[in-house]
Amino acid sequence: MAVQKKLSPEDMVARLLAGDLRMAARLITMAENRSEKIGEIMKLIYPYTGKSMIIGLTGAGGSGKSTLINWLIDEFRSREKTVGVLAVDPSSPFTGGALLGDRIRFQKHSLDDGVFLRSMGSRGYLGGLSRATSDVIRIMEGMGLDVILVETLGAGQDEVDIFHVAQTCILLLTPGMGDDIQAMKAGIMEIAHLIVLNKADLDNAESCLRNLEATLHLSSNECQEDWAPRIIPTVAAGERKGEIKGIKELVEAILEHQAYLRDGQNIETFQAKRIEQELGLIFKDEVEKIVFAGLKGTGRKHSYIEAIRTGKNDPYSVVEEVLKEFIRGN
Amino acid sequence: MSDKKIKVIISKIGLDGHDRGAKVVANLLRKAGMEVIYLGMFQTVEGIVKAVVDEDADVIGISYLSGEHLMFTPLVKAEMEKWGLDDVLFVVGGSFPPEDIPPMIEMGVDKVFRGGTLTDDMVAYIKANVRQKE
Repeated sequence: MAVQKKLSPEDMVARLLAGDLRMAARLITMAENRSEKIGEIMKLIYPYTGKSMIIGLTGAGGSGKSTLINWLIDEFRSREKTVGVLAVDPSSPFTGGALLGDRIRFQKHSLDDGVFLRSMGSRGYLGGLSRATSDVIRIMEGMGLDVILVETLGAGQDEVDIFHVAQTCILLLTPGMGDDIQAMKAGIMEIAHLIVLNKADLDNAESCLRNLEATLHLSSNECQEDWAPRIIPTVAAGERKGEIKGIKELVEAILEHQAYLRDGQNIETFQAKRIEQELGLIFKDEVEKIVFAGLKGTGRKHSYIEAIRTGKNDPYSVVEEVLKEFIRGN
Repeated sequence: MSDKKIKVIISKIGLDGHDRGAKVVANLLRKAGMEVIYLGMFQTVEGIVKAVVDEDADVIGISYLSGEHLMFTPLVKAEMEKWGLDDVLFVVGGSFPPEDIPPMIEMGVDKVFRGGTLTDDMVAYIKANVRQKE
């Protein structure tokens, strides 16, 4: 029973909602590939989304995101929650290829029916959030997963986009990543609801923890919500549970933040923010499509580039002209 | 504006602790513009095939250096059939006697790449034979 090519969007979504794993995996591929049918499919899935806990994790390469997620899966499973993981890794800007290496850390969960693991190449959206990522999260919500963990590679300074889609945002830091001035820089520190100091068994972890706490106190009133961000030290590398520290505390903090969100109007504010973000992504994408479809095969792109290169035109006037032509009514 | 990529799962299987070749191939395919997921060593048949399902991969590549290729290959194929993965390209690489290639093809492997295969040939084969999905 290979996935049928000729199924209608209605049939495909019906299968997804009925728990057909291969269909879910195929729809995710269609979202990644920006298939022509995906718009129609997303419309059908949308009403079934919005119930999952969406947790975003970001941090520099090597800070231990995948290793930590491996234990988070364990902890959520022991609480009888189904878990989806979306691990985004960078694609090469030159060849478009990618080595998606996160799965190697969670593979032991692959045979658990309550866990769905998916890797994704960033395909040119490093740091920022692509429309594909946003759609893939919606598809995973359509699978009925209780918890969706979204892992993105971040230098930890301005990977802010994912945090509009994730309800609970976790920033991963490790000792030795720079002084307190680095941490005081605006950006991700202000948006993270939970800050994890991983590798907390390293020598200078104690002073790093104190520095972070001090920084957090200084900037706490800038936080737009009345949730006070907290720092949780963890040790996530190890084969046995006994070597692991802070995972239970982290999951409890996540659940506390989720309870806080769902109590009162916070969830409405969050939902509105997420919709705004999605609308922006969809608009950008659709406008681009209209413009590129209009220019395709006309050779005009090349002549615009030449005109700009030789000083006869400038990029601002070109964009203005093209938009006027293809997007009417402005 | 469809942006299709070939997705490949590369894995070692069972008690086979030599993965330099698998890593080299993973990296070569990445450089050829494919999205490659390397599962690592000591994987089970079920775990590898489940990864292919979750990831909706187009190609499954198993690397053997342990002499267990004739034992594991039919198990992988059977597990693929269980999930209905008849449109996934099944390739095998590694070190084994040439006379073991025909039996592996018989067992359902689409292509066997022995040590010494030129990388261009490998990339060209995958690009030419990968399924056309959706």
